[in-house]
Amino acid sequence: MSALAGNTELVWQRVGAAHTIPRQGARVVKIGEVNVAIFKNVSDEIFALEDRCPHKGGPLSQGIVHGRRVTCPLHNWVIELHDGNAVAPDIGCVKTFSTKVVNGDLYIALSK
Amino acid sequence: MQEQLVLVGNGMAGVRTLEELLKIAPDKYAITVFGAECYGNYNRILLSPVLAGEKNVDDIMLNDEQWYVDNKITLHKGKTITHIDRRKRIVVADDGTTAHYDRLLLATGSDPFILPIPGSHLPGVISFRDLHDVEIMLETSRNYKHAVVIGGGLLGLEAANGLRKQGMSVTVVHIHGHLMERQLDYAAASLLKKAMEQDGIRFFLEKNTAAILGQERVTGIQFKDDQRIDADLVVMAAGIRPNIRLAKSVGLQCDKGVLVNDTMQTFDPRIYAVGECVQHRGSTYGLVAPLFEQAKVCANHLAAYGIARYEGSVTSTKLKVTGIEVFSAGNFHSTDKDDEIVFTDGARGIYKKIVLRNNKIQGAVLYGDTMDGAWYFQLMREKADVAHMRDNILFGQAHLGDAGHGDEKQHVNALPANAEICGCNGVCKGTIVDAIINKKLFTLDEVRAHTKASSSCGSCTGLVESLLAATVGGDYSANPKKKPLCHCTDYAHDEVRTLIDKRGLKSMDTAMRSMDWKTPDGCHVCRPALNFYLLARWPAEYQDDAQSRLVNERMHANIQKDGTYSVVPRIWGGVTNPAELRAIADVAEKYQIPSVKITGGQRIDLLGVTKEQLPAVWADLTEAGFVSGHAYGKSLRTVKTCVGSEWCRYGTQDSTGMGVKLEKLTWGSWTPHKFKMAVSGCPRNCAEATIKDFGVVAVDSGWELHVGGNGGVKVRATDFLCKVNSEAEVMEYAAAFMQLYREDARYLERTAPWIERVGLAYVKQHIVENEIRRKQLYESFKDSQRAAQHDPWARLSAGNHAEGFKTLTMSNQEEVA
Repeated sequence: MSALAGNTELVWQRVGAAHTIPRQGARVVKIGEVNVAIFKNVSDEIFALEDRCPHKGGPLSQGIVHGRRVTCPLHNWVIELHDGNAVAPDIGCVKTFSTKVVNGDLYIALSK
Repeated sequence: MQEQLVLVGNGMAGVRTLEELLKIAPDKYAITVFGAECYGNYNRILLSPVLAGEKNVDDIMLNDEQWYVDNKITLHKGKTITHIDRRKRIVVADDGTTAHYDRLLLATGSDPFILPIPGSHLPGVISFRDLHDVEIMLETSRNYKHAVVIGGGLLGLEAANGLRKQGMSVTVVHIHGHLMERQLDYAAASLLKKAMEQDGIRFFLEKNTAAILGQERVTGIQFKDDQRIDADLVVMAAGIRPNIRLAKSVGLQCDKGVLVNDTMQTFDPRIYAVGECVQHRGSTYGLVAPLFEQAKVCANHLAAYGIARYEGSVTSTKLKVTGIEVFSAGNFHSTDKDDEIVFTDGARGIYKKIVLRNNKIQGAVLYGDTMDGAWYFQLMREKADVAHMRDNILFGQAHLGDAGHGDEKQHVNALPANAEICGCNGVCKGTIVDAIINKKLFTLDEVRAHTKASSSCGSCTGLVESLLAATVGGDYSANPKKKPLCHCTDYAHDEVRTLIDKRGLKSMDTAMRSMDWKTPDGCHVCRPALNFYLLARWPAEYQDDAQSRLVNERMHANIQKDGTYSVVPRIWGGVTNPAELRAIADVAEKYQIPSVKITGGQRIDLLGVTKEQLPAVWADLTEAGFVSGHAYGKSLRTVKTCVGSEWCRYGTQDSTGMGVKLEKLTWGSWTPHKFKMAVSGCPRNCAEATIKDFGVVAVDSGWELHVGGNGGVKVRATDFLCKVNSEAEVMEYAAAFMQLYREDARYLERTAPWIERVGLAYVKQHIVENEIRRKQLYESFKDSQRAAQHDPWARLSAGNHAEGFKTLTMSNQEEVA
């Protein structure tokens, strides 16, 4: 699956039931060779980011979720969930994916 | 429609307030700035190096004109506001320019105090406050010879030093008996005077200036005793006064300064004031750190957030006077109730004095070697009992043991740019200095955020502070205030803990709401701390919040650099047997665990276990009779033992048996930070009990108990707590000590720094001297253990918990439009 290449045409792929993502937590889904972390914050907003901190590759899915941010468990970089940017003064960016919930099912947007 | 904010005074405090405001509410105001000087905002602290020819004007600019353009701020340079129409809300400048305001911020700074004596208006008589003064001084130094500086305070001495460097012959006249009397005691001031005399500066102390002589321009000065000396330039540096002319003229309440409340608001609710011109709770401030604190509070209120309060600052002063470092804090003039501890080495130019009352630091003066200033200041603010370190407190924190930075501290300024300062994060001196200059950093926290230096283990904090002081210039002063737990709150650790108790807060959510948390659900700093405080206070009732646990405690395993985990089963007292070893070996083979290692805590570490494997690995270990070793927790880690009297020819007691019993009593308990124990069977101490949080050393007649040791970042040998006779007492004292630590220490504070903060005497009072209190602590400990001693591995490997550890699978090619 060339799901992560470029920004060609997008398709919505079902991942599972939205309720399986714990609030203030995350689950990981493997897409091809890439782990994608799916987060749910305290307001039940859902975000999908590559599960790889831009600093030293830490699994963001294991970090503490607060507001619309997650803190990497390895060295405490803080990453914005909505756009994948590291919070200043750190500099870096993680790939993000669009998500949506339809009838309790969670979908993630992948390129075809 | 944007509201209009006008700032009067284009200096450090006012512009800092704008910077803080732009950070939190960038679009709230259309901002206009009036500055009497013809420059952008510059670092006034660095005027001395400009005078000394070490820096130029561009080097000390903080905000150039482009900054004002970029932030859509209208800047009126060289215009002095002469009137405020408070009814129409208009300010008027000396050239007739007017501006309307919805909110007005006064940051008019201070004026030099000009002695009211004949001749003070003559050409050649100036103050030392701004770049214009510096220009006149430089100009004069090229054409004239004799300079007289009136005032032997910091500013006067800096001026004297600069003028001397420019080649003038310089005389300092001071009314008091010693220099810098507000920052230094007599002994330190004498060393400073001697050092400056060696540079060729002449001093007249206890001299009153009666008149300045001259017709066209100054030619000399005359003292009250009629003595006269030549002068081509007179610099008035006899102190500063808050500049309140404007505020006073429009009827704002003023005393020494413009009066403000805790929100930096003046008596006119539309007018705020910050910086050297204000008077808050009776105090005026001239150092950078308090002014920046005010700026932050003021910005918060201008942004209409309405939560910050300025409660005054306790400051320490760390200065570089003419290249010599001096530090002072608190009340350093002792009375007959106080003790002084003094160290003097005249040849090396080092002097240190600490004033103690009841073994608590009241004040300190350091001259020549100021590395430990921040440490003394912290001990002073925390009212720490220093009885146990009186012997060597003057030798500094390094003398108490640290990770080998001790020697470097002296030399940090001489280190090359590529010298590594922070060993944890690999940050070099050059990187730190560049960041301080280019990003205009003023505080330790800012340096930590931008460079990561000193943000991990903290052992290089003194070095970083020293670099900061050397780079920022004159009056870098250590963070003067209580430290909030994190950015989500203004409460400090101890306040949070008290409120949880007093208000009966029993959940994360009610705690955050009751204490006005600024964020909806906290952050990675406060949530684990709150979770601990709630758990420690309400062990039976509070529902532990896994999502507020740091990764290791949530996963009950230690995360590794590649995202896999390590698993350490508990091996009671380090004693195992073939069946247990076989079971561990079987697990390692079955799950193809890449690495098996003996730990420093006498256990076995299985490294490289994936997240998905954890529940199955735990299930097999549980089946074989193991429980979690909590090698990942802020909790009891291990009880290390030697073989003791069962085998050892020197052993006096059964140390292994004691270790096993202690571990059975205390396993599973949550503590502010990790907690390690050891039991040695004789004073040879093979279990290294004297570098543990709680160490037991058997002697022939009983057991010695030791507390507060540490073998990590900063090696610290334990303090001797007491000796007891029976096994039952060892149990009781150990549990009581853990409970006191849990109830009293701050989250992530190990026993070693906790004991240094509260004092061994405090611990002894609760554990040794007061039997009722000890028994009460022991009972509380046992109560909370009833809720805590449940093996998390058994729980998480049973039922459907394993599901949460799995990676989700994508269903096949299901698409929707």
